[in-house]
Amino acid sequence: MKIKLLADVTNFELCGHNSKFGRNYAKAKLIRGDTEIKKSASPSVFLKKEDEMMLWYISKRLLQSVLTLFIIITIVFSLLRLMPEEGYLGAAANKMSPAQQEVYLTNLGLRDPLLVQLGNFYAKLFHGDLGKSVTYRTDVPVVTIIADKIMYSLLFGLGAVALSLLIGVPLGILMAQMKGRWLDRLGTGYIVIIVAVPAAVYYLVIQMYITEIFHLPMLFDEYRPITWILPLTSMALAPTASYAMWMRRYMVDELNKDYIKLARAKGVKERTLMFKHVLRNAFIPMAQYLPATILFTITGSIYIESLYSIPGMGGLLVDAIQRQDNTIVQGLVLVFSSLGIIGLILGDIAMALVDPRIKLGKGESVR
Amino acid sequence: MGMYSEEINNISNKSRETLFEFAEVDERQAEETAYSNYSYWRSTWKSFLKNRIAVFLLVGVLIIVAFTILQPYLPAQKSPTEIYLNEQTGLQARNMSPNAEFWFGTNSIGQDLWSRIWAGTRTSLFIGCVVALVEAIVGITVGTLWGFSRKLEVPITQLYNVVDNVPTTIVLILMSYILRPSISTIIIAMCITGWVEMARFIRNQIVILRDREYNLASKCLGTPDYRIILKNLLPYLISVIMLRMSLAIPFAIGSEVFLTYIGLGLPISEPSLGNLINEGRVLMMSPELRYQLIFPSIVLSVITIAFYIIGNSFADAADPKNHV
Repeated sequence: MKIKLLADVTNFELCGHNSKFGRNYAKAKLIRGDTEIKKSASPSVFLKKEDEMMLWYISKRLLQSVLTLFIIITIVFSLLRLMPEEGYLGAAANKMSPAQQEVYLTNLGLRDPLLVQLGNFYAKLFHGDLGKSVTYRTDVPVVTIIADKIMYSLLFGLGAVALSLLIGVPLGILMAQMKGRWLDRLGTGYIVIIVAVPAAVYYLVIQMYITEIFHLPMLFDEYRPITWILPLTSMALAPTASYAMWMRRYMVDELNKDYIKLARAKGVKERTLMFKHVLRNAFIPMAQYLPATILFTITGSIYIESLYSIPGMGGLLVDAIQRQDNTIVQGLVLVFSSLGIIGLILGDIAMALVDPRIKLGKGESVR
Repeated sequence: MGMYSEEINNISNKSRETLFEFAEVDERQAEETAYSNYSYWRSTWKSFLKNRIAVFLLVGVLIIVAFTILQPYLPAQKSPTEIYLNEQTGLQARNMSPNAEFWFGTNSIGQDLWSRIWAGTRTSLFIGCVVALVEAIVGITVGTLWGFSRKLEVPITQLYNVVDNVPTTIVLILMSYILRPSISTIIIAMCITGWVEMARFIRNQIVILRDREYNLASKCLGTPDYRIILKNLLPYLISVIMLRMSLAIPFAIGSEVFLTYIGLGLPISEPSLGNLINEGRVLMMSPELRYQLIFPSIVLSVITIAFYIIGNSFADAADPKNHV
């Protein structure tokens, strides 16, 4: 009976909580959904109403992402056509006569009408062909080059996200519990520094001083796990700060609510209160940020991989840019944007699965 | 009918003469009773002053900004781009540690680091301010239209849902890869991505505010839309706008460092904080030359942290809930 009452209060709280995080929570959704279910009371052989809505939402979201990807591909394609053509000639550019250059470019298909080029581009892409590297490793297919590197980036990215979850979430919880005390202040200081100062500065400081203090090797070596520590921790710094920041904010929001006061007044133990109510509710908006941190690690990986010479995609991007290798840049941009889009989709789906308050289906939804 | 009015006349006649006296109504005085001592900006400023750290940083930032502007006109300043020669040997004064002549030492080709740092700060701050301003103008315009106009709401939202999925870092890299590196292209690349966030912020707030009673009342009284937006809605959002703008500055400075790092920044001839850090990074391995990395890093960190904290505490102060 006691639990039931508390649950009711919680539900009430949830419904009254409107677009706090920028999302439009449907206040009426629960009510409307219920009545609809009652109307079609005959047991359905198909999916439940809720599941159907979820499926509809996910498919809509997927469609949206495919559309986004197509737009990105088209933009990348058209922007790269605006680039200086030397980027396609490579090192041999100086030796060629203008006529030879012309022939070379025609052979590459760069003299075809734009729409034909775009069609060919899509067709190739569909077959997993991203063209051949121009200057980085001449005439090696871009797919092969990226395939060699992608595992390093993914492993480091996932490792960093896991590490930052392990540290950031508990840090945020502790900060919320000790609000205003030294741990909270310390944590806030850390967050401000990480968020405000450009990443290059603290990555460089870490590489410069920590390697010296602990006598760690400066560069990455696949076969010496000790060299993995610094790149991983550096990459984890930024996501840790943002997890801690969001966790603290949501926890504090949740702690200020009336149902918590009621529970306290009833004598619910602080531990139970924290883990059963506050944490659960505060973790819901976090669900959205977890997969989206893949995006964070892109920027991180670009710095870290080139600093520690890890053979990943971020380092490759820096190299390819410096050597003006159009096809590799184009390929990497596509891979990075797909990763980012996948991260956002997973985040939205996770959020929809975890949080019953989110309006699914029709109507605007703005993150 | 006639009888009643006659009676009323009688009453008023009687009362005027005998019992009552009409009070003088002073229009001005009537208005004055509604006057309160409350001023939004004064209260904001007062509660901002309570945050000692933020005030300290604000003074610091003002001094730094004033100094970056004035520095070239001060006496005994060197040119940030000139290569200095050693007078005895006639060689370039390379990698000289900080001394009386070169206050922060010289870099690897003999340029004065002190004046380069201030020139770099000037460039970076300029980029940051322009980007913040453009973001604010475009973001507010789009956000207002998006939030206020019911016709535009659905199409812009759909557009946003697609555009928002494009990772900003990627757009930044792509734009700077295609445009030739210069201050204006860097600014363009950053503005293309930056305003979306601002527009969403403004839109979300306006959707919440536009149907409040006072706006409905305004509308019923025939106030034109632009006036409702300018007088009722935007002043309410000033704290949000200021917050976003003050956070856009450190973010733009950071983006410049990032772009320079991956080789898409300003040309080396143009001193900027990103260029200085990149030059310093090359010399990181030799401890005695690290000052070339550390000095710009410190200036960069102080400026970005200061803007971040000032922005946040100003937003707190500007929230009327925090006014006493």
